[in-house]
Amino acid sequence: MLANPQQQLLDDVQAIVGRLGRTRPALLPILEEVQARHGCVPDAAMQAVADALGIHPSEVHGVVSFYAFLHHEARGRFQLRLCRTIGCDLAGTARVARQLENELGIAFGETTRDGRFSLEWASCLGQCDQGPALLANERVYTRVTPERVHEVIEDCRRVFGAHAAQPAPAH
Amino acid sequence: MQPTESKRAPLTFDSIESGAGLAAAMKKSRADIIAELSASRLRGRGGAGFPTGTKWNLAAAAHVREGQFKYVVCNADEGEPGTFKDRVLLLEHADLVLEGMTIASRAIGAKKGILYLRAEYAYLRPHLEEVLARRRATGRLGQGILRVTGFDFDVEIRMGAGAYVCGEETALIESLEGNRGEPRNRPPFPVDTGFLGQPTVVNNVETFAAVTAILARGAEWFRSMGTAASAGFKLFSVSGDCERPGVYEFPLGTTIAELLERVGGTGAKAVQVGGASGTCVPASQFDRRIAFEDLATGGAIIVFAPGRDMLHVARNFMEFFVHESCGQCTPCRAGNAKLLEGIGMLERGECSTAYLQELLALCETMQVASKCGLGQSSPNAFVSIVRHFPDEILGRTPTAAGGVR
Repeated sequence: MLANPQQQLLDDVQAIVGRLGRTRPALLPILEEVQARHGCVPDAAMQAVADALGIHPSEVHGVVSFYAFLHHEARGRFQLRLCRTIGCDLAGTARVARQLENELGIAFGETTRDGRFSLEWASCLGQCDQGPALLANERVYTRVTPERVHEVIEDCRRVFGAHAAQPAPAH
Repeated sequence: MQPTESKRAPLTFDSIESGAGLAAAMKKSRADIIAELSASRLRGRGGAGFPTGTKWNLAAAAHVREGQFKYVVCNADEGEPGTFKDRVLLLEHADLVLEGMTIASRAIGAKKGILYLRAEYAYLRPHLEEVLARRRATGRLGQGILRVTGFDFDVEIRMGAGAYVCGEETALIESLEGNRGEPRNRPPFPVDTGFLGQPTVVNNVETFAAVTAILARGAEWFRSMGTAASAGFKLFSVSGDCERPGVYEFPLGTTIAELLERVGGTGAKAVQVGGASGTCVPASQFDRRIAFEDLATGGAIIVFAPGRDMLHVARNFMEFFVHESCGQCTPCRAGNAKLLEGIGMLERGECSTAYLQELLALCETMQVASKCGLGQSSPNAFVSIVRHFPDEILGRTPTAAGGVR
């Protein structure tokens, strides 16, 4: 029998909830893990989590939509988050932003068509003394210059190559 | 290329031996631990400056329901623009921080600790888990700490998910409980009704490290530094237009001029003390002191060189607050957006003096009527920039290239 991706997602949610607990304080860790495994928290997962915790799905949606690092639509395999707050801004974020758009061919808030990269703004990343800073998933790059943008993206591509055997995030 | 390559000055924390604080605490009664802290006059290092001893006293006295227990929470949701000293502490002195949490558990009678780590610092988690595992393996966390029967305490790491407002302690607790990070009304305070409704001490990363240092060296040692109202030393995150940005330690009461001298920022036109929610101080006031009684701060110092456009700085801060307001209360949700719109008008040279006065009146409304510290302090930077740099505010004539003449 062919695996049904929807069923797989629901089974996965059950497993995660089973492990982390069917309690409200476990909601954020549950959602973080769903997203780590599926690239986002799709509507079906929100419904499944709500059912498992015995709360209304709008409660789950309210939480997902509140936090900048949770989202219900798929993003790129690499989420590039460029800090737009003052320390980095003074150090030259604007030019780095422009070059990121040039290299990836997308604007902020968009994802490349191959699903590999998405580009977004971040609030202060806490690297103010070594800006401009960006996060590529959990990895931090500091003192990024327009000339180094290409290098950062190639770095991500190498990681992608190394993990090519892994399943792509759900879309 | 992994962090942190933050340059940092030598810190007092470097010389505090791990274990000395907890060992000293074990020789004291619970009341005496808190008395030592009160005597040190330590105030919260996150920026609000609430006396730590008083907070712990309230939590120690709070009643806990049958079958429940008290909590110790470390606020590692360091999100204030310009602040990064907690990142350095978590990386280099996690033991001192966890030791401070353990001392807190001893003092108030808590069984469980939570370290709430901001999502942006997820890369620090493996290191912190390692330190936690080592502390458990050596009997400094877990059941019967230091072989003392009944002294049970363990710490769990919980991740934030990218919300500045969760640095506010009641929003942080909401987040831990699985909710949107919307601040609660206070009172009741967390020391009485905190995580899961139980008495909870929430302290900043640096506060816990300072507690460990105070127990190790004594209240008198700590109090001998700083000023009468602001005792001790404090970490500072220095960024912006200076030669040597990084993490520094100064006694509280240090003047801005003294700080600038050390970081290579003399000649600055302004310094933002306290991050986006702090105050913009012009060069004419660089003799002011960084202390709770003058310029209070969680340690963020952002230096601006003479060429910087201060209205652009105000815009950057206001964009931050518009994005980070939780949207729960109207003064903050609508006020920040209105101020940002006003900054746009000023940039385009389309703002009358009367309208600028209305914006300043709105700032006052927000400071008075917002529910939490975010909305109460978000207008500060704009107000101080308008006051101190009037020649950069009105009658601007934007050029086609996007510059300003």
